[in-house]
Amino acid sequence: MLKIADKTFHSRLFTGTGKFSSLDLMEEALLASESELITVALKRVDIKNNGQDDLVRYLKYPHMNLLPNTSGVRNATGAIFAAQLARQALETNWIKLEIHPDPKYLMPDPIETLKATEELAKMGFIVLPYIHADPVLCKRLEDAGTAAVMPLGSPIGSNKGLKTIDFLEIIINQSNVPVIIDAGIGSPSDAARAMEIGADAVLVNTAIAVSDNPLQMANAFRLAVEAGRMAFDAKLAKPQTHAAASSPLTSFLDE
Amino acid sequence: MSSFTDIFHSFDWTETKASIYAKTSQDVEKALFADKRTLDDFKALISPAAAPHLEQMAQISQQLTCKRFGKTIQLYIPLYLSNECNNICTYCGFSYDNPIKRKTLDPIEIMQEVAVIKAMGYDHVLLVTGEAHQTVHVAFFKKVLELIRPHFAHISMEVQPLDLAHYQELTSYGLNTVLVYQETYCQESYKKHHPKGKKSNFQYRLETPDRLGQAGIHKMGLGVLIGLEDWRTDSFFTALHLNYLEKKYWQSKYTLSFPRLRPFYGSLEPKVAINDRELVQLICAYRLFNPEVELAISTRESPNFRNHIIQLGITAMSAGSKTNPGGYAMQLESLEQFEISDERSPEQIARIIEAQGYKCIWKDWDHSLTI
Repeated sequence: MLKIADKTFHSRLFTGTGKFSSLDLMEEALLASESELITVALKRVDIKNNGQDDLVRYLKYPHMNLLPNTSGVRNATGAIFAAQLARQALETNWIKLEIHPDPKYLMPDPIETLKATEELAKMGFIVLPYIHADPVLCKRLEDAGTAAVMPLGSPIGSNKGLKTIDFLEIIINQSNVPVIIDAGIGSPSDAARAMEIGADAVLVNTAIAVSDNPLQMANAFRLAVEAGRMAFDAKLAKPQTHAAASSPLTSFLDE
Repeated sequence: MSSFTDIFHSFDWTETKASIYAKTSQDVEKALFADKRTLDDFKALISPAAAPHLEQMAQISQQLTCKRFGKTIQLYIPLYLSNECNNICTYCGFSYDNPIKRKTLDPIEIMQEVAVIKAMGYDHVLLVTGEAHQTVHVAFFKKVLELIRPHFAHISMEVQPLDLAHYQELTSYGLNTVLVYQETYCQESYKKHHPKGKKSNFQYRLETPDRLGQAGIHKMGLGVLIGLEDWRTDSFFTALHLNYLEKKYWQSKYTLSFPRLRPFYGSLEPKVAINDRELVQLICAYRLFNPEVELAISTRESPNFRNHIIQLGITAMSAGSKTNPGGYAMQLESLEQFEISDERSPEQIARIIEAQGYKCIWKDWDHSLTI
């Protein structure tokens, strides 16, 4: 089972709440996904209403853990403030750190993210930062006390899959904290591939929310993530282009 | 510091217009199939040659919008604070030479309006005024922002262009978004339609988005008033402006509007009309050119048009709007900027949006996140 900080997860599929065409549909799809960690944009929550927010009311199932995110903030100071608000409003010290000063491509700011992680970890937050697939940054975040790292597979919302796979593999190989592939996962096969290379979990939102049938798509992702993980655990054979000859170069040694 | 003016002057209005009208069906097809569309592709998409490809444009526009924004529509409402104005604009009901009753709301009246707007469910508000420096000035805006900030998650403003220092100051008072429409990028027409007042300074207006970018504004809105000049050429310049701004002020968000001239007291007949089909073409062209930009539609448009445009590329709508100061709480009918076309209530509009399988977003920001 996956463990992040003090929580264990049966499901390795994390999800989000944006872009759904209705709250009812969102609820159905998230239930079908069996996801236990669901991210919510703080900017969309009625903070003054202390958990009585519409969106939050739809996610009140015992197996669902809310992961507030700081989407929209542009720097560490804003993120730290948002995390404190989220802790107050949603009663959780888990925070998905999203600092993207660039509202067009929503690219994460590595410098501000590292700064905020350091501060928030000191303040007792369980920090899950959304970052570029940058192996060095991941190590620096570990030193700063991050609970996991969330490198992107490709630009957020792009559905382009694992364009950063070479870097993701390095990150997975050397990480001491769980690696959650966030952003860009467009199809169940992308999610399965992420799990096969050893990711601890994936976070999928757009691909589920904007499909023609979010419920069925959530199911498909659930199965793909399970299949990918099973394959990883069973030790996937390396792909080869042709059959290997039996020691043609060194067989003379046995003669 | 360099500004858009330098780029703007490297384009000639007449030549640009001719190049749009010279686009062929082949150019349109190339634009339709491109992965990433250029300004030249945009010209093809707004050209007359694209008319037969409208359905295909609409399909792509819907897909791109859905991918970026999901099935959601944001809702906002204008709050007219004042109709006092020192400018003469030939197309506007607030024009200085228009003999209407003038009114600037006082704090009590503003809060009466806020109460009505909040009761409708709104959390995003757009403050609108004319340009009257003796009454509607930066100190006034600061007071209004202080007054209403606790009540709204997102505050936009559509007032006269201001100096950089003023924008910096207002941002610190909780201003999130500024809309400043060039009206037209055709300098000659601009002069004709703005004969008197500070607004007659074309260049100051043209450089306003630069000042907003320098002030680090959260979001800015561009657009032209459709009907003053050739809409295709004007829209090209809008796209050119947007392109420039996005690259230079990459931390700001952008939104576009495409208001059509509406009748008002003393009104002007549009020089160049745009029909519904062409307006859809324009909206889709903007979306194909820029999948990330927000596109807003106001109550200037008819109920039928608005019902159908929800799925074609727009991301924000106003509803239940009044265009006169005091219009919500005091029911004054005589002071409006223009006649609105869609008089349905926010609740009715929300039901229509939901019936089409879209979710209404009433809140997409929080003041506590602005640091």
